[in-house]
Amino acid sequence: MKLIHAALVAGLLTSPAALSQSIKIGELNSYKVFPAFLEPYRKGMELALEEINASGGVLGRKLELVIRDDGGTPGDAVRAAEELISRERVNVLMGTFASHVGLAVANLANQRRILFLASEPLTDKIVWENGNRYTFRLRPSTYMQVAMLIPEAAKLSRKRWAIVYPNYEYGQSATASFKQLLSAAQPGVEFVAEQAPALGKIDAGAVVQALADAKPDAIFSSLFAADLQKFVREGNTRGLFRGRTVFNLLAGEPEYLDPLKDETPEGWWVTGYPWSEIATPEHRKFLDAYRKRWKDYPRQGSVVGYSAVYAVAEALRKARTTETEKLVEALKGLQMSSPFGPIAWRALDHQSTMGAYVGQLAKKDGKGTMVNWRYADGARFQPPDEEIRRLRKD
Amino acid sequence: MSGSAVLLQFLNGLASASSLFLVAAGLSLIFGVTRIVNFAHGSLYMLGMYVAVWCAPILGFWVAVPVAMLAVAGLGLLVEVLLLRRIYRAPELLQLLATFALVLVIRDLALWAWGPEDILGPRAPGLGGAVEIAGRAFPQYDLFLIVLGPVVFVSLHLLLKKTRWGILVRAATEDREMAGALGVNQRWLFTGVFVLGAALAGVGGALAVPREPANLEVDLSVISDAFVVVVVGGLGSIPGAFLAALLIGEVKAFCIALGYSKITLAVEFIVMAVVLVLRPSGLLGRPQAPARVPVGMQSTAGRIPRTGVVALVLLIGFLAALPAFAAGYTLILMTDILVFALFAVSLHFIMGPGGMLSFGHAAYFGLGAYGAGLALLRLELPMELALALGPLLAGAGAVAFGWFCVRLSGVYLAMLTLAFAQITWSVAFQWDALTGGSNGLIGVWPADWLASKPAYYFLTLFFSLTGIVFLWKAVYSPFGYALRAGRDSPLRADAIGIDVRTVQWAAFAIAGTAAGVAGALYAFSKGSISPETLSVPRSVDGLVMVLLGGVQTLTGPAWGAALFTWLEDSASRSIDYWRAALGAVILLLVLAFPQGIAGAAKRWPFSR
Repeated sequence: MKLIHAALVAGLLTSPAALSQSIKIGELNSYKVFPAFLEPYRKGMELALEEINASGGVLGRKLELVIRDDGGTPGDAVRAAEELISRERVNVLMGTFASHVGLAVANLANQRRILFLASEPLTDKIVWENGNRYTFRLRPSTYMQVAMLIPEAAKLSRKRWAIVYPNYEYGQSATASFKQLLSAAQPGVEFVAEQAPALGKIDAGAVVQALADAKPDAIFSSLFAADLQKFVREGNTRGLFRGRTVFNLLAGEPEYLDPLKDETPEGWWVTGYPWSEIATPEHRKFLDAYRKRWKDYPRQGSVVGYSAVYAVAEALRKARTTETEKLVEALKGLQMSSPFGPIAWRALDHQSTMGAYVGQLAKKDGKGTMVNWRYADGARFQPPDEEIRRLRKD
Repeated sequence: MSGSAVLLQFLNGLASASSLFLVAAGLSLIFGVTRIVNFAHGSLYMLGMYVAVWCAPILGFWVAVPVAMLAVAGLGLLVEVLLLRRIYRAPELLQLLATFALVLVIRDLALWAWGPEDILGPRAPGLGGAVEIAGRAFPQYDLFLIVLGPVVFVSLHLLLKKTRWGILVRAATEDREMAGALGVNQRWLFTGVFVLGAALAGVGGALAVPREPANLEVDLSVISDAFVVVVVGGLGSIPGAFLAALLIGEVKAFCIALGYSKITLAVEFIVMAVVLVLRPSGLLGRPQAPARVPVGMQSTAGRIPRTGVVALVLLIGFLAALPAFAAGYTLILMTDILVFALFAVSLHFIMGPGGMLSFGHAAYFGLGAYGAGLALLRLELPMELALALGPLLAGAGAVAFGWFCVRLSGVYLAMLTLAFAQITWSVAFQWDALTGGSNGLIGVWPADWLASKPAYYFLTLFFSLTGIVFLWKAVYSPFGYALRAGRDSPLRADAIGIDVRTVQWAAFAIAGTAAGVAGALYAFSKGSISPETLSVPRSVDGLVMVLLGGVQTLTGPAWGAALFTWLEDSASRSIDYWRAALGAVILLLVLAFPQGIAGAAKRWPFSR
């Protein structure tokens, strides 16, 4: 029976009529601007797509990805999205990386009334202040990831904190959330220095020196990519991290951790993805499939791309249609499984409860890895509902 | 700050200054002799980094550095012989376009060769640790850089002052034509200088490896830093570059030390603006000897012949009828093309007839967009009024910046426009409460009756064409003749009673306002505005459009805008390495049609 079914599907897939009826996901992202994250992301998406189509597609139709580069700017992204909507006639929009691009596309989705599954942008605003009916976001937000680190930070009861962050939306809101949450958890905490270098342009020597001069007990950083690498090397050389605990958002993600190699600073608290150590069945299945397909290990981006495609597929299955309004309703409260375990899509603010792994950095055979890690479920790191309702204005 | 903190930050500043000087010296040298503004200098630096990172595990870091230097010098040789040598006689702007195309090609080449991930190189063997200075740890490698900068400076100085080759280089820097007339073989002199400059960029990149990971963004960030240093120091002046590198390195270090890290976004441009306003030729630069063939822009674009006018009217009729048979995305793309056509034509207005090169025209485009967005969202004015007010902000910006800019000329003027654009950008980027910071303004949509695609297309068509026709008409008005007189011969223009600066200033204001109209139209077509609308890449896009179309022609920039927008749109979809492809296309166009597309089309019938 199954064989016949598979053959039928296979037959359907190859006939041109069925191809024209495929359900189209319009994916746009800054592949050329943030390749380190987005190459694995693309591989994750393609893996999910192949799995879904191999098992018969969705609603009896094949799922198809139409991928566009958004050039990393809101203007080009909006044009690419318009092209996907009006020329390719995609059923769903997906993707984006940087906050401002994500917000611009979310705004367009609201105007054009099309579902937009923002897979990667971390900005809180996309589901809160600028949230709208048609936009849903997969990854844990800046606020959530900061909140995941707060219990450990408060436990240390260090008094003097220094902060360093890339000077744009992500770094600014990470810093604001950190100050607010830590002050609440640990009254009397002091923030003694703040450094906000431009993204990708940190003058690491001077920044490290200035932080050291403030004599902090602990440091909170939201640097990533090249900025993080420069900061770590200068900090190691100049002894900034000696006797100080450092918290760094995202630094445990393989994209940003792997390049540090033997410079990996031990003992830092980070959010990330210890891919080699997670032994849950969901993750094992994903890991094996990914390695088999790509002969490479997954990065954080792989999980995001993979789960985003599955989220669209699950929403379609639940809605039993490609109609946008029904899809929106279907996504609200949708429960699904992901490599990180079961996640749900909150009806309140359209945020998924996908979490992140919180742990400490360690060095093993000259490479960075995470130890003492645990999974922080995104559902548990949210502000009170009333606050969100007030921010969303809907 | 304690005394030891001040000392340490001073040393940090010196180390940064040394690395800045290495790149800037090469750029300055190349400009001084060949008069080419080498946009690809940052790309050569990036290649130096990648080659060093790549060789270091096999050869060891200290061998990898000279290897990288030689490799990049070799590439410089190829670039000079195969590309630049063919276009020394082309208009200066076209050379700029060619080196910019190289940037695109080299970036994709690096992506293809070394992959997308940042590569953190090894520490420098033997200098990996720190020494204690005033009770604080200071990296040994930074001390090495602090020593190296002056060593390179002195070596270059001796090379230029004491060798025959150096004397020839200085002669050519002083007066290229005269050196040529006296029998100096310019070919090999130019090649030599370019190779030396490339080698300096390569070694600069290689030596940056222990301090920062090799990454694909480094090319543009390095080139903008290097430009600033070279211009602040005075074009072609090596001591000037050294002084400027010191100044900027220290200013940056102390901004960070004193807790003003946010200002590092724009501080070098603020320094540059101040220096250029006070000393129009940079710190140690001398006023450029007037080139004997002034930048190749003096050809008078003839009036459009009657057949041309008929063709344009037919084209307008076609554009007006377009929504009848095209829908959806075609209209969206055409809206973009019309917006950028107006933007390019407004830039051409000051570049062509005005003879003023601008690297920062996006400032006015962005001010128009922000003006409209702010009027709509912050003042809560109706959309129609916001659309009308936006360009006024751009006009006001152009009046303010133009007043300073028209006091300079050539590359200095261009760099001052760039400085103002960067400062405007950083204000938009930082002023969260007003401009929405890095996210920008969101929810800038047209009024209901203009919201449909055809309606907005007609609106854009009307305003873009009005703007373009106005600017074209202005070129042949008495004002336009006065402007061109000021461009072709400031002295004579002055003598017959034209107030050249005022005319240029007015041209600036007109072009800025027109760019603002384009920006406001753009804002409402996208629904949001972010600081990118006034960033350097947008300015560069405008330059590419104008140059692609041909700066000597009247209608060329509009064609250039159409071609560029269409190419960017279609290539980004179908070709993986589309930037490289775009760069390659530009290079071919430059080599084949040194006058731009429309220029070539115009000449073709007569050249047989």
